[in-house]
Amino acid sequence: MTPTRKKRLLLVLMVALGVSIAVAIFLTAFKENIMFFKSPTEVVAQDYPTNRSFRLGGMVKAGSMHRVPDTLKVQFVVTDYADDVKVEFEGILPDLFREGQGVVTIGQMTDNGLFIAEEVLAKHDENYMPPEAADALEKGQLKMSDNYNNKDSE
Amino acid sequence: MLAAIGQFLLILSLVTAVVLMLVPMTGYFKNNDSMMRTGRPLSYLLFILTFATFVILVSLFVMQDFSVTYVWQHSSLELPLRYRITATWGAHEGSVLMWVTVQALWIAAVARYSRSLSLSQVSRVLSVLGIIATGFLAFVLFASNPFEITNPAPLDGRDLNPLLQDFGMIMHPPLLYFGYVGLSVAFALAVAALIGGQIDEKWIRWSRRWTNIAWAFLTIGIILGSWWAYYELGWGGWWFWDPVENASFLPWLAATALIHVQAVSERKNAFRGWTVLLAIIAFSLCVLGTFLVRSGSITSVHSFAADPFRGVFILVLLGLYAGGALTLYALRVNQLRSRDAINLESKETLLLANSLIFITATFTILLGTLFPMIFDAMGKKISVGEPYFGLMFFLLMIPMAVLLPLGTQLRWHKDKMTSAIRALVPHFFIAAALTVAAYLFFAGLNLRATAGVFGGFWIASTSIGQIIKFPGKPNAGFVGMSVAHLGVAVFLFGMSLTEHKDTEKDVLLKPGQTTSVGGYEFTFNGVEQVAVENYQAQQGSIQVSKEGKDLVELHPQKRVYPKQPQPMTEADIYPGFTKDIYVSLGEKINEQGAWAVRIYIKPFIRWMWFGGLMMMAGAVIALFSKRSKRQEQQQVDQVMQQRLGL
Repeated sequence: MTPTRKKRLLLVLMVALGVSIAVAIFLTAFKENIMFFKSPTEVVAQDYPTNRSFRLGGMVKAGSMHRVPDTLKVQFVVTDYADDVKVEFEGILPDLFREGQGVVTIGQMTDNGLFIAEEVLAKHDENYMPPEAADALEKGQLKMSDNYNNKDSE
Repeated sequence: MLAAIGQFLLILSLVTAVVLMLVPMTGYFKNNDSMMRTGRPLSYLLFILTFATFVILVSLFVMQDFSVTYVWQHSSLELPLRYRITATWGAHEGSVLMWVTVQALWIAAVARYSRSLSLSQVSRVLSVLGIIATGFLAFVLFASNPFEITNPAPLDGRDLNPLLQDFGMIMHPPLLYFGYVGLSVAFALAVAALIGGQIDEKWIRWSRRWTNIAWAFLTIGIILGSWWAYYELGWGGWWFWDPVENASFLPWLAATALIHVQAVSERKNAFRGWTVLLAIIAFSLCVLGTFLVRSGSITSVHSFAADPFRGVFILVLLGLYAGGALTLYALRVNQLRSRDAINLESKETLLLANSLIFITATFTILLGTLFPMIFDAMGKKISVGEPYFGLMFFLLMIPMAVLLPLGTQLRWHKDKMTSAIRALVPHFFIAAALTVAAYLFFAGLNLRATAGVFGGFWIASTSIGQIIKFPGKPNAGFVGMSVAHLGVAVFLFGMSLTEHKDTEKDVLLKPGQTTSVGGYEFTFNGVEQVAVENYQAQQGSIQVSKEGKDLVELHPQKRVYPKQPQPMTEADIYPGFTKDIYVSLGEKINEQGAWAVRIYIKPFIRWMWFGGLMMMAGAVIALFSKRSKRQEQQQVDQVMQQRLGL
């Protein structure tokens, strides 16, 4: 091999090595850091990742929010009108958090069916419904009408 | 009436853009000089028309003409004049109109400052810019017309989103657009070169300046956006890896790769194809960014009420521009094949490495941003969060920081790697010693922060060393480069400490109660009702003191705007050279006047933005390097090439 060819080969090998390392890192980082989104119905059906955070979205059920007196701890219920999940959060809620409005929370499920949220997501625009929450509601409604139809046929 | 004129001017603009797209280009293919010469006047006309359209929209806001749908949706009788003006680009329709206006300004600037190019080159460039203008003007006219009329007109408007009633928001979008659209010039140059099938030094030198300006605007636009998010969103973060933020960051990364590769392709006949490809990628990412922001297809705190038609429209534009340019690239790239060989041990290799690192970073972030959409199509809902982006970016920036000084140390054409490394060794020890000192001073840093701080010292030390040792009188190119690289160092230092040594505390405070955070005492003196301009606010009063000495009294607010049901949090910040003290109000907890209060201490956060400003300044300084000197340099380069037998 001529020296130029050797150098070129070296360069190509270096680039290939770099790219494969990058891809390997990318895949690991990606696998460990994606977050699934679940609706209350899915959570109630035990369809959620355990021991890692996921996103739970839906509506904040009207009249469900209450505060543990003199703390920053709040509890509220996230619903898709088919199923409910009780959520606990300690911290400051975003400005646009309201009962009867769409919400997305990030956290983990505990064994006793309580969802401990680390983060409650805000949104910029009051007309805007988080797509995930909208999707959860749609699914919930479908399920309800399914139930209704099933009862009909019985 | 005025709205009708605006509508008419908008149509005229579109017609002009179509003519600009067709006539000079046809002239080029038919070799018809008089047709090619229409390019410049048409460009000026296009700018005058779009600018007039934009001014009319501003006047409609100033005059409170609520018969115009866009005006009543985003303004109100109480809105102060300055925000009535800025409301023009506060929402979708107006901001796209601004996009087009800024693009027309760039087109006019290209027409004016392109005397060094031949007529055939100019006509091609202007026509390609005309294609882009046509697409976006059609988008304004057919998918987001700001001049639509509501009949009968409402008596009052719905008011501007309070978050946008702010100085940062006044400046952030225009600057970002200047950057976005500026990259369309680099794109047009690349495509025009592909059409002509040839590219020369003069052409790249010329395009490099435009890319530099666009990059500078993009940088300051991103900094302002980050700064705005920090003080206005009330959660004290400066970067969230949100899809919309990524949308502005992706073109920046690609453009960073581009300006470094241009440094090589301007000097010698090498990396020509790569330069062209990067220019195409950078602008395509701008259009993709516009799509991400405007289509609402990704969950984001920035998402605006979505409109699928708009999304599809921009996606079609993206397909046409990127697809067309890439096809042309595939067909013509062989004609751009570079003549000069590149020596492995030279600055050129390192600049190539730089572009590879930055383009890898671009694609990892792009994948993270787009994956939720791909999964969504498969019926699964996922999101990719901060940990992924944070880790990937950290890993990719390690080789960047390590190699940067080597790249500036190595000489052009041919050098010895070992001697360059030897020259850098003392700086390695200086940086290591300073990092140890910082580690001890800040009582421990985690791995990422230590690496970041070391990277900062390493780049700073070598850059300063190179400035001291620079032979002869430094030219603007070298000064600009050094300032920008020192900016990288300052940014790394600030970012590492902000991210890893900050203190955040959410506390419940009763009036008169004191809490201690990060060595400071915060005494809560209750909340009072105040009325300011067009809003009411509950204003907290928090006395900050250190070791019994009063420092400052902060007044965070919870604002209520008359037309908005939700309150808005306005943080108050005590800025400092080495740290910011940041306080914002959560909500009222009980009837005894206790409030949830968020207290942050953010060390060196300002350094981060200042580093960004230095990078921008570097790009601007580099513009002043003398053209004649560069030509001389090129001749020297050629002689060198021959002597070295490359």
